[in-house]
Amino acid sequence: MALIDYFRSKKSPSSASLAKERLQIIVAHQRSERDTPDYFPKMKQEIIEVINRYITISEDQVSVNVDQNDENLSVLELNVTLPEDK
Amino acid sequence: MAQIIVVTSGKGGVGKTTSSAAIATGLALEGHKTVVIDFDIGLRNLDLIMGCERRVVYDFVNVINGEANLNQALIKDKRSNNLFILPASQTRDKDALTKEGVGKVLEDLSKDFEYIICDSPAGIEQGAMMSLYYADIAIITTNPEVSSVRDSDRILGMLQSKSRRAEQNLEPIQEYLLLTRYSPKRVTTGEMLSVEDVEEILAIELVGVIPESQAVLKASNSGTPVILDNESDAGKAYSDTVERLLGNNVPLRFLEEEKKGLLKRIFGS
Repeated sequence: MALIDYFRSKKSPSSASLAKERLQIIVAHQRSERDTPDYFPKMKQEIIEVINRYITISEDQVSVNVDQNDENLSVLELNVTLPEDK
Repeated sequence: MAQIIVVTSGKGGVGKTTSSAAIATGLALEGHKTVVIDFDIGLRNLDLIMGCERRVVYDFVNVINGEANLNQALIKDKRSNNLFILPASQTRDKDALTKEGVGKVLEDLSKDFEYIICDSPAGIEQGAMMSLYYADIAIITTNPEVSSVRDSDRILGMLQSKSRRAEQNLEPIQEYLLLTRYSPKRVTTGEMLSVEDVEEILAIELVGVIPESQAVLKASNSGTPVILDNESDAGKAYSDTVERLLGNNVPLRFLEEEKKGLLKRIFGS
Protein backbone atom coordinates (compact mmCIF):
# COMPACT_ATOMS: atom_id res chain seq x y z
CA MET A 1 0.00 0.00 0.00
CA ALA A 2 2.82 2.37 0.77
CA LEU A 3 3.99 1.97 -2.79
CA ILE A 4 0.57 2.97 -4.13
CA ASP A 5 0.51 6.01 -1.84
CA TYR A 6 3.92 6.96 -3.10
CA PHE A 7 2.73 7.21 -6.68
CA ARG A 8 -0.59 8.72 -5.79
CA SER A 9 0.91 11.53 -3.72
CA LYS A 10 2.82 12.84 -6.72
CA LYS A 11 -0.37 13.76 -8.54
CA SER A 12 -2.02 16.29 -6.24
CA PRO A 13 -0.32 19.70 -5.97
CA SER A 14 1.99 19.91 -2.97
CA SER A 15 0.94 21.86 0.10
CA ALA A 16 3.99 24.09 -0.37
CA SER A 17 2.78 25.26 -3.77
CA LEU A 18 -0.61 25.98 -2.23
CA ALA A 19 1.11 28.03 0.47
CA LYS A 20 3.08 29.94 -2.15
CA GLU A 21 -0.03 30.73 -4.17
CA ARG A 22 -1.92 31.99 -1.11
CA LEU A 23 1.02 34.09 0.03
CA GLN A 24 1.49 35.69 -3.36
CA ILE A 25 -2.11 36.89 -3.28
CA ILE A 26 -2.03 38.16 0.29
CA VAL A 27 1.35 39.86 -0.10
CA ALA A 28 0.27 41.57 -3.33
CA HIS A 29 -2.82 42.81 -1.48
CA GLN A 30 -0.76 44.03 1.49
CA ARG A 31 1.64 45.82 -0.80
CA SER A 32 -1.08 47.55 -2.77
CA GLU A 33 -2.49 48.94 0.48
CA ARG A 34 0.98 49.98 1.59
CA ASP A 35 1.39 52.41 -1.30
CA THR A 36 -1.91 54.17 -0.73
CA PRO A 37 -2.00 57.59 0.94
CA ASP A 38 -2.79 57.89 4.66
CA TYR A 39 -6.22 59.41 4.08
CA PHE A 40 -7.27 56.40 2.07
CA PRO A 41 -9.01 54.25 4.69
CA LYS A 42 -11.08 57.26 5.85
CA MET A 43 -11.99 58.22 2.30
CA LYS A 44 -13.05 54.67 1.57
CA GLN A 45 -15.20 54.68 4.70
CA GLU A 46 -16.90 57.92 3.69
CA ILE A 47 -17.58 56.70 0.15
CA ILE A 48 -19.27 53.65 1.64
CA GLU A 49 -21.38 55.87 3.91
CA VAL A 50 -22.57 57.92 0.93
CA ILE A 51 -23.52 54.84 -1.05
CA ASN A 52 -25.25 53.46 2.01
CA ARG A 53 -27.66 56.42 2.04
CA TYR A 54 -29.18 55.03 -1.14
CA ILE A 55 -28.38 51.33 -1.23
CA THR A 56 -27.61 49.04 1.65
CA ILE A 57 -24.22 47.50 1.08
CA SER A 58 -21.54 46.11 3.31
CA GLU A 59 -17.89 47.00 3.29
CA ASP A 60 -16.76 43.89 1.50
CA GLN A 61 -18.94 44.76 -1.49
CA VAL A 62 -16.84 47.83 -2.16
CA SER A 63 -13.28 47.80 -3.36
CA VAL A 64 -11.30 50.98 -3.74
CA ASN A 65 -7.88 50.92 -5.35
CA VAL A 66 -5.34 53.35 -6.62
CA ASP A 67 -3.44 52.24 -9.70
CA GLN A 68 -0.27 54.03 -10.58
CA ASN A 69 -0.32 53.47 -14.34
CA ASP A 70 2.61 55.66 -15.17
CA GLU A 71 4.48 58.39 -13.41
CA ASN A 72 1.98 61.20 -13.96
CA LEU A 73 -1.23 59.24 -13.88
CA SER A 74 -2.90 57.61 -10.91
CA VAL A 75 -6.30 56.03 -11.35
CA LEU A 76 -8.77 55.78 -8.50
CA GLU A 77 -10.79 52.67 -9.11
CA LEU A 78 -14.07 52.21 -7.27
CA ASN A 79 -15.84 48.91 -7.59
CA VAL A 80 -19.25 48.41 -5.98
CA THR A 81 -21.10 45.13 -6.14
CA LEU A 82 -24.79 45.96 -5.89
CA PRO A 83 -27.03 43.54 -4.01
CA GLU A 84 -29.41 41.46 -6.09
CA ASP A 85 -32.93 42.86 -6.53
CA LYS A 86 -35.46 41.20 -4.38
CA MET B 1 29.84 55.63 12.89
CA ALA B 2 28.37 52.31 13.91
CA GLN B 3 26.14 50.27 11.65
CA ILE B 4 22.79 49.68 13.31
CA ILE B 5 21.33 46.28 12.44
CA VAL B 6 17.82 45.32 13.52
CA VAL B 7 16.90 41.64 13.69
CA THR B 8 13.16 41.57 13.21
CA SER B 9 10.31 39.39 11.94
CA GLY B 10 6.86 40.44 13.11
CA LYS B 11 6.01 36.91 14.14
CA GLY B 12 7.25 35.47 17.41
CA GLY B 13 9.27 32.32 17.83
CA VAL B 14 10.97 32.38 14.45
CA GLY B 15 14.49 32.79 15.83
CA LYS B 16 15.13 36.53 16.27
CA THR B 17 16.98 36.23 19.57
CA THR B 18 18.90 33.12 18.48
CA SER B 19 19.91 34.97 15.32
CA SER B 20 20.78 38.22 17.14
CA ALA B 21 23.00 36.33 19.57
CA ALA B 22 24.67 34.33 16.81
CA ILE B 23 25.26 37.26 14.47
CA ALA B 24 26.54 39.56 17.22
CA THR B 25 28.93 36.86 18.42
CA GLY B 26 30.02 36.17 14.85
CA LEU B 27 30.80 39.84 14.17
CA ALA B 28 32.76 40.06 17.43
CA LEU B 29 34.74 36.91 16.55
CA GLU B 30 35.68 38.60 13.28
CA GLY B 31 37.24 41.39 15.31
CA HIS B 32 34.44 43.95 15.16
CA LYS B 33 33.43 45.69 18.36
CA THR B 34 29.77 44.79 18.70
CA VAL B 35 26.94 45.41 21.14
CA VAL B 36 23.67 43.52 21.10
CA ILE B 37 20.58 45.15 22.65
CA ASP B 38 17.45 43.39 23.85
CA PHE B 39 14.38 45.52 22.95
CA ASP B 40 11.90 43.05 24.43
CA ILE B 41 11.02 45.07 27.53
CA GLY B 42 9.23 42.94 30.10
CA LEU B 43 10.14 39.67 28.40
CA ARG B 44 13.89 39.69 28.19
CA ASN B 45 15.58 36.56 26.91
CA LEU B 46 18.70 37.62 25.09
CA ASP B 47 20.60 37.43 28.40
CA LEU B 48 19.66 33.74 28.70
CA ILE B 49 20.66 32.93 25.13
CA MET B 50 23.97 34.74 25.66
CA GLY B 51 24.47 33.02 29.03
CA CYS B 52 24.84 36.20 31.09
CA GLU B 53 21.51 36.22 32.95
CA ARG B 54 23.13 36.24 36.37
CA ARG B 55 25.25 39.25 35.57
CA VAL B 56 22.39 41.65 34.81
CA VAL B 57 22.41 44.59 37.22
CA TYR B 58 21.21 47.58 35.24
CA ASP B 59 19.29 47.51 31.97
CA PHE B 60 18.36 49.47 28.84
CA VAL B 61 15.47 51.32 30.53
CA ASN B 62 17.68 52.32 33.48
CA VAL B 63 20.06 53.93 31.00
CA ILE B 64 17.26 55.72 29.13
CA ASN B 65 15.89 57.06 32.41
CA GLY B 66 19.31 58.16 33.61
CA GLU B 67 19.28 55.76 36.57
CA ALA B 68 22.52 54.15 35.39
CA ASN B 69 25.13 54.98 32.80
CA LEU B 70 25.97 52.82 29.81
CA ASN B 71 29.15 51.41 31.31
CA GLN B 72 27.20 50.18 34.33
CA ALA B 73 24.55 48.49 32.20
CA LEU B 74 26.70 46.92 29.48
CA ILE B 75 27.69 43.33 30.18
CA LYS B 76 30.96 42.19 28.67
CA ASP B 77 30.75 38.80 27.05
CA LYS B 78 32.95 36.16 28.69
CA ARG B 79 34.02 34.64 25.39
CA SER B 80 34.95 37.72 23.38
CA ASN B 81 36.51 41.05 24.31
CA ASN B 82 34.69 42.69 21.41
CA LEU B 83 31.18 41.78 22.50
CA PHE B 84 28.81 43.52 24.90
CA ILE B 85 25.17 42.91 25.84
CA LEU B 86 22.64 45.55 26.86
CA PRO B 87 19.80 43.66 28.55
CA ALA B 88 16.13 44.63 28.52
CA SER B 89 14.29 45.59 31.65
CA GLN B 90 12.18 42.81 33.07
CA THR B 91 9.80 44.99 35.07
CA ARG B 92 9.01 48.13 33.08
CA ASP B 93 6.44 48.29 30.34
CA LYS B 94 7.23 48.74 26.67
CA ASP B 95 6.33 52.42 26.57
CA ALA B 96 9.50 53.09 28.55
CA LEU B 97 11.26 53.09 25.17
CA THR B 98 10.93 56.58 23.73
CA LYS B 99 12.26 57.71 20.39
CA GLU B 100 14.47 60.31 22.05
CA GLY B 101 15.71 57.94 24.75
CA VAL B 102 16.58 55.13 22.35
CA GLY B 103 18.15 57.61 19.94
CA LYS B 104 20.41 59.00 22.66
CA VAL B 105 21.59 55.53 23.78
CA LEU B 106 22.29 54.45 20.18
CA GLU B 107 24.17 57.68 19.54
CA ASP B 108 26.36 57.11 22.59
CA LEU B 109 27.00 53.48 21.62
CA SER B 110 27.88 54.56 18.07
CA LYS B 111 30.98 56.31 19.40
CA ASP B 112 32.44 53.10 20.78
CA PHE B 113 31.08 50.29 18.63
CA GLU B 114 31.26 49.21 15.00
CA TYR B 115 28.04 47.23 15.04
CA ILE B 116 24.89 47.66 17.11
CA ILE B 117 22.53 44.70 16.86
CA CYS B 118 18.95 45.41 17.91
CA ASP B 119 17.02 42.29 18.90
CA SER B 120 13.40 43.21 18.19
CA PRO B 121 10.44 41.85 20.15
CA ALA B 122 7.64 40.16 18.22
CA GLY B 123 4.67 42.22 17.08
CA ILE B 124 4.47 45.76 15.75
CA GLU B 125 4.08 47.66 19.01
CA GLN B 126 6.32 50.26 20.59
CA GLY B 127 9.29 47.97 21.37
CA ALA B 128 9.39 46.55 17.86
CA MET B 129 8.96 49.98 16.25
CA MET B 130 11.74 51.47 18.37
CA SER B 131 14.11 48.62 17.53
CA LEU B 132 13.74 49.25 13.79
CA TYR B 133 13.42 53.05 13.82
CA TYR B 134 17.14 53.90 13.72
CA ALA B 135 18.28 50.89 11.68
CA ASP B 136 20.66 51.05 8.74
CA ILE B 137 20.28 47.35 7.98
CA ALA B 138 17.36 45.02 8.71
CA ILE B 139 17.59 41.26 8.93
CA ILE B 140 14.12 39.86 8.39
CA THR B 141 14.09 36.52 10.16
CA THR B 142 11.54 34.31 8.46
CA ASN B 143 10.40 30.69 8.72
CA PRO B 144 9.29 28.98 5.51
CA GLU B 145 5.69 29.04 6.66
CA VAL B 146 2.66 31.17 5.70
CA SER B 147 2.13 33.27 8.83
CA SER B 148 5.79 34.08 9.21
CA VAL B 149 6.16 35.14 5.56
CA ARG B 150 3.09 37.35 5.73
CA ASP B 151 4.28 39.01 8.95
CA SER B 152 7.71 39.56 7.42
CA ASP B 153 6.07 41.41 4.58
CA ARG B 154 4.20 43.59 7.08
CA ILE B 155 7.49 44.44 8.76
CA LEU B 156 8.98 45.34 5.37
CA GLY B 157 6.14 47.84 5.04
CA MET B 158 7.03 49.32 8.44
CA LEU B 159 10.71 49.60 7.53
CA GLN B 160 9.75 51.48 4.37
CA SER B 161 7.38 53.92 6.05
CA LYS B 162 7.93 54.18 9.81
CA SER B 163 11.72 54.21 10.14
CA ARG B 164 13.97 57.24 10.56
CA ARG B 165 15.40 56.69 7.10
CA ALA B 166 11.91 56.66 5.59
CA GLU B 167 10.70 59.69 7.55
CA GLN B 168 13.75 61.77 6.69
CA ASN B 169 13.84 60.64 3.05
CA LEU B 170 17.30 59.14 3.44
CA GLU B 171 18.65 56.14 1.60
CA PRO B 172 16.30 53.27 2.56
CA ILE B 173 17.20 50.58 5.10
CA GLN B 174 19.04 47.66 3.51
CA GLU B 175 16.70 44.69 3.86
CA TYR B 176 18.00 41.14 4.08
CA LEU B 177 16.12 37.88 4.30
CA LEU B 178 17.33 35.32 6.82
CA LEU B 179 15.45 32.07 6.39
CA THR B 180 15.50 29.99 9.57
CA ARG B 181 14.30 26.52 10.58
CA TYR B 182 14.71 25.36 7.00
CA SER B 183 14.18 21.68 6.34
CA PRO B 184 15.53 20.58 2.93
CA LYS B 185 13.88 17.21 3.32
CA ARG B 186 10.41 18.71 3.66
CA VAL B 187 11.09 21.05 0.74
CA THR B 188 11.92 18.03 -1.42
CA THR B 189 8.65 16.35 -0.51
CA GLY B 190 6.70 19.54 -1.27
CA GLU B 191 5.64 20.16 2.32
CA MET B 192 7.65 23.31 2.86
CA LEU B 193 8.20 26.55 0.94
CA SER B 194 11.63 26.56 -0.69
CA VAL B 195 14.26 29.29 -0.42
CA GLU B 196 13.36 30.37 -3.95
CA ASP B 197 9.65 30.54 -3.07
CA VAL B 198 10.20 32.85 -0.10
CA GLU B 199 12.71 34.96 -2.03
CA GLU B 200 10.22 35.35 -4.84
CA ILE B 201 7.35 36.31 -2.53
CA LEU B 202 9.23 38.82 -0.39
CA ALA B 203 11.59 40.01 -3.14
CA ILE B 204 14.50 40.98 -0.89
CA GLU B 205 18.11 39.88 -0.89
CA LEU B 206 18.90 36.60 0.86
CA VAL B 207 21.64 36.77 3.49
CA GLY B 208 21.44 33.28 4.90
CA VAL B 209 19.56 30.03 5.32
CA ILE B 210 19.73 28.33 8.71
CA PRO B 211 18.67 24.68 8.69
CA GLU B 212 16.33 23.31 11.34
CA SER B 213 18.84 21.96 13.81
CA GLN B 214 19.11 20.18 17.12
CA ALA B 215 22.09 22.38 17.86
CA VAL B 216 19.88 25.45 18.44
CA LEU B 217 18.10 24.00 21.48
CA LYS B 218 21.35 22.58 22.80
CA ALA B 219 22.95 26.01 22.49
CA SER B 220 20.12 27.81 24.26
CA ASN B 221 20.09 25.19 27.03
CA SER B 222 23.68 26.03 27.82
CA GLY B 223 23.54 29.77 27.13
CA THR B 224 26.10 29.58 24.32
CA PRO B 225 25.25 31.29 21.01
CA VAL B 226 24.86 28.52 18.44
CA ILE B 227 27.46 30.07 16.13
CA LEU B 228 30.10 28.90 18.63
CA ASP B 229 29.09 25.30 17.96
CA ASN B 230 31.18 25.24 14.81
CA GLU B 231 30.61 21.54 14.31
CA SER B 232 26.89 22.06 13.84
CA ASP B 233 25.08 22.87 10.60
CA ALA B 234 23.26 25.83 12.18
CA GLY B 235 26.53 27.19 13.60
CA LYS B 236 28.21 26.99 10.20
CA ALA B 237 25.20 28.54 8.48
CA TYR B 238 25.32 31.52 10.88
CA SER B 239 29.05 31.92 10.27
CA ASP B 240 28.35 32.07 6.55
CA THR B 241 25.60 34.64 7.20
CA VAL B 242 28.02 36.86 9.10
CA GLU B 243 30.53 36.59 6.24
CA ARG B 244 27.86 37.75 3.79
CA LEU B 245 26.90 40.66 6.05
CA LEU B 246 30.56 41.69 5.94
CA GLY B 247 30.36 41.71 2.16
CA ASN B 248 32.07 38.39 1.45
CA ASN B 249 30.60 36.14 -1.18
CA VAL B 250 30.02 32.75 0.45
CA PRO B 251 28.00 30.01 -1.28
CA LEU B 252 24.85 28.77 0.46
CA ARG B 253 25.10 25.45 2.28
CA PHE B 254 22.66 22.95 3.78
CA LEU B 255 20.01 23.48 1.09
CA GLU B 256 20.09 19.87 -0.01
CA GLU B 257 18.88 16.92 1.92
CA GLU B 258 21.78 15.04 3.43
CA LYS B 259 22.23 11.90 1.40
CA LYS B 260 22.16 8.83 3.54
CA GLY B 261 24.70 6.19 2.69
CA LEU B 262 23.60 2.63 2.06
CA LEU B 263 24.69 1.45 5.49
CA LYS B 264 22.85 4.34 7.17
CA ARG B 265 19.76 3.51 5.17
CA ILE B 266 19.87 -0.08 6.33
CA PHE B 267 20.93 0.36 9.92
CA GLY B 268 19.46 3.81 10.57
CA SER B 269 21.44 6.79 11.72
